[in-house]
Amino acid sequence: MTDNSIAIKKEHESYLEHKGKYSGLFGWILSTDHKRIAILYLVVISAWFLIGVTLGFLIRLELFTTGETIIGPQTYNSFFTVHGIIMLFLFVIPGIPAIFGNFFLPIMIGAKDVAFPRLNLFTWYLYVLGSVLVITSVFLPGGAPDSGWTFYIPYSVRTGTNMIITLSAAFILGFSSILTGLNFIVTIHRMRAPGMGWFKMPLFPWALYATGWIQVLVTPIIGITLLLIIFERLFGVGLFDPSLGGDPVLYQHLFWIYSHPAVYIMAVPAMGVISELITVYSHKTIFGYKAIAFSSLAIALFGSLVWGHHMFSSGMSDTANFVFSLITFVVAIPSAIKVFNWTATLYKGSIELEPPMLFALAFIFLFTIGGLTGIMQGTLSLDIHLTDTTFIVGHFHYVIFGTAGFGVFGGLYHWIPKMFGRLYNKKMAKVSFWFLFIGFNILYFPMFVMGWLGMPRRSYDYLPEYQIYHEISTVGSWILIIGLVILVYTIIKAIKSGERTSEMNYCGGETLEWYVETPPTHENFDEVPVITGEPYAYKQNEL
Amino acid sequence: MIAQVSNYTQSVDNTFIIVTGICVFFLLLITVLLVFFSIRYNKKRNPKALNIHGSTKLEVIWTIIPTLIVLYIFWIGWVDYKELANAPKDSMVIQATASMWQWKFTYSNGKVADTLYVPVNQNIKMKLNATDVDHSFYIPAFRIKRDAMPNTNNSTWFNAEKLGSYTLFCAEYCGLNHSKMITKLKVVSKEDFNNWLNK
Repeated sequence: MTDNSIAIKKEHESYLEHKGKYSGLFGWILSTDHKRIAILYLVVISAWFLIGVTLGFLIRLELFTTGETIIGPQTYNSFFTVHGIIMLFLFVIPGIPAIFGNFFLPIMIGAKDVAFPRLNLFTWYLYVLGSVLVITSVFLPGGAPDSGWTFYIPYSVRTGTNMIITLSAAFILGFSSILTGLNFIVTIHRMRAPGMGWFKMPLFPWALYATGWIQVLVTPIIGITLLLIIFERLFGVGLFDPSLGGDPVLYQHLFWIYSHPAVYIMAVPAMGVISELITVYSHKTIFGYKAIAFSSLAIALFGSLVWGHHMFSSGMSDTANFVFSLITFVVAIPSAIKVFNWTATLYKGSIELEPPMLFALAFIFLFTIGGLTGIMQGTLSLDIHLTDTTFIVGHFHYVIFGTAGFGVFGGLYHWIPKMFGRLYNKKMAKVSFWFLFIGFNILYFPMFVMGWLGMPRRSYDYLPEYQIYHEISTVGSWILIIGLVILVYTIIKAIKSGERTSEMNYCGGETLEWYVETPPTHENFDEVPVITGEPYAYKQNEL
Repeated sequence: MIAQVSNYTQSVDNTFIIVTGICVFFLLLITVLLVFFSIRYNKKRNPKALNIHGSTKLEVIWTIIPTLIVLYIFWIGWVDYKELANAPKDSMVIQATASMWQWKFTYSNGKVADTLYVPVNQNIKMKLNATDVDHSFYIPAFRIKRDAMPNTNNSTWFNAEKLGSYTLFCAEYCGLNHSKMITKLKVVSKEDFNNWLNK
């Protein structure tokens, strides 16, 4: 009797309690368990996110009035540069794949781990190394980088600030991203449970699969380009620097060949999360499964061919502008298809407005605004007027914060009980949602208005006629941050002292993570499941 | 919005109104559906969901209609842009040189100024250059912007139809005093312009 109960207990020991080769802190930082690595990522990425938010808050505070409000121009320029680097390279690019992808991809496809567990841990160390270099670049003498996160040459070659170390950081973070993408591609190809054909795979793994290919194919280009800037600074090779006969527009091409697809590295995984949330909280099958899966691939493909739309005013040929504008409009279509399918999924559903669902619905709304303002920017004559104004700043915050940010928040509320076996306070979660959603729109919407009125971006100071919009925007940032504080408090409280739960399926989902223990055991499954049906069957709803 | 100052501005603003109208329509459509479905098919009202796996007819409709709309938007943007792409042959040429953090305008007779004076109703071609890093020549009232970079030969053009004074920004981030790199475009009568030019 006794022996037997111990055996059962041992079998259901969660990954949090599992004793591996090491214990304590080493049990975490040397663990190759995909779930523990996900938590490692969650901790460091969250810390960086909060630092990025603080910088964003200070940027907005500085812009509350004309002239100097709290900081001088050099500090301001460093702040928006470091804010961009942190938010993009340390939060949104790794974000959803590294946290939820690591934790749930293997479970959702019925695998015990990713294909290369040690490589997976290595990517976390690369991430930490890259982030340490970012900190170092801020505090070393020479000063924090001030080139903008785009590192445009010639400025990035001429500035006296710590550019080389910043560029090295981005280079290393790029490697972390490539290896994560590669790991996921191989995992999805090779480790799906028996019976799980491609079209029996849930949509979150589909999104990670499309993202993985973008990461593997385009990240090397930015890696090489960043190295070339370092060479340019150290040896003056004259590839980009016009004073040495180089071509600064060539640099812009190489930069955006990566950095435009990178937008989809940020957005597509979040779209995958939203596809899960919409289905689970509508309690029905998803509308247009194949359309959503293929649109991820279409976005990955066409999204890699539109980088030139960042450069319509740079003096590219009219033919290039014509082609890039046209393909930009083409990439709008798979995004629109996703939005229509998500919306149609709600039809005849049985919708529960749980906190994750609120974030999912807000995601669709914010992404629609982001996408539609993207259409405005893709229109050649409008872009000539709008590019490099606050309009673009509003646009990419709607697209990136609206998708990756709200995807992370919704995903956290959705999966935290599964990950930690603890419940969060739903009332607080809903309060945090409304502050975030309202604050977000007050913060970013005025940027469209003043952008159309001609307010240039990356400006420390501005003309008095723009002040009212800056003031509204800054007030919005305060509301948003109240929402964030409540969110962070709610999540930390849940993880530390939330009510314990071991309910396997607390939300009525049908993908595999709802058929494993809460929290999952060390290798997820006692027996690898055999898949026979679709991922979102909801058989009880058939006529 | 800013006062109409040229033919080109008028056509860009028309495009803006059309595109914004289309965008607002789709945003309202999606928002109304999201809110309506969330209420109508709420669990309290509709405890049992019904599976709908998809509809090829709908997928085709909402692929083709947006495709036609975006192609139309693409086209009107391109038509405006083509007008801006090549300056008319009879344009007066002014060289703008950007450097950290000021503008310098050189006229055909060698006169140099830091404010851009131009005569009204005259095609003006701006040749753009920079001495140090990337800058961008931006006059919001005229809806024109073009990067001014070292060792490159960018240009843009405009024709001011109204007298007045307009803001001219640097739109490409260029370092410490980027936000102070502002000057004025002054549109004056032909007579005043010639007097000023030959002073």
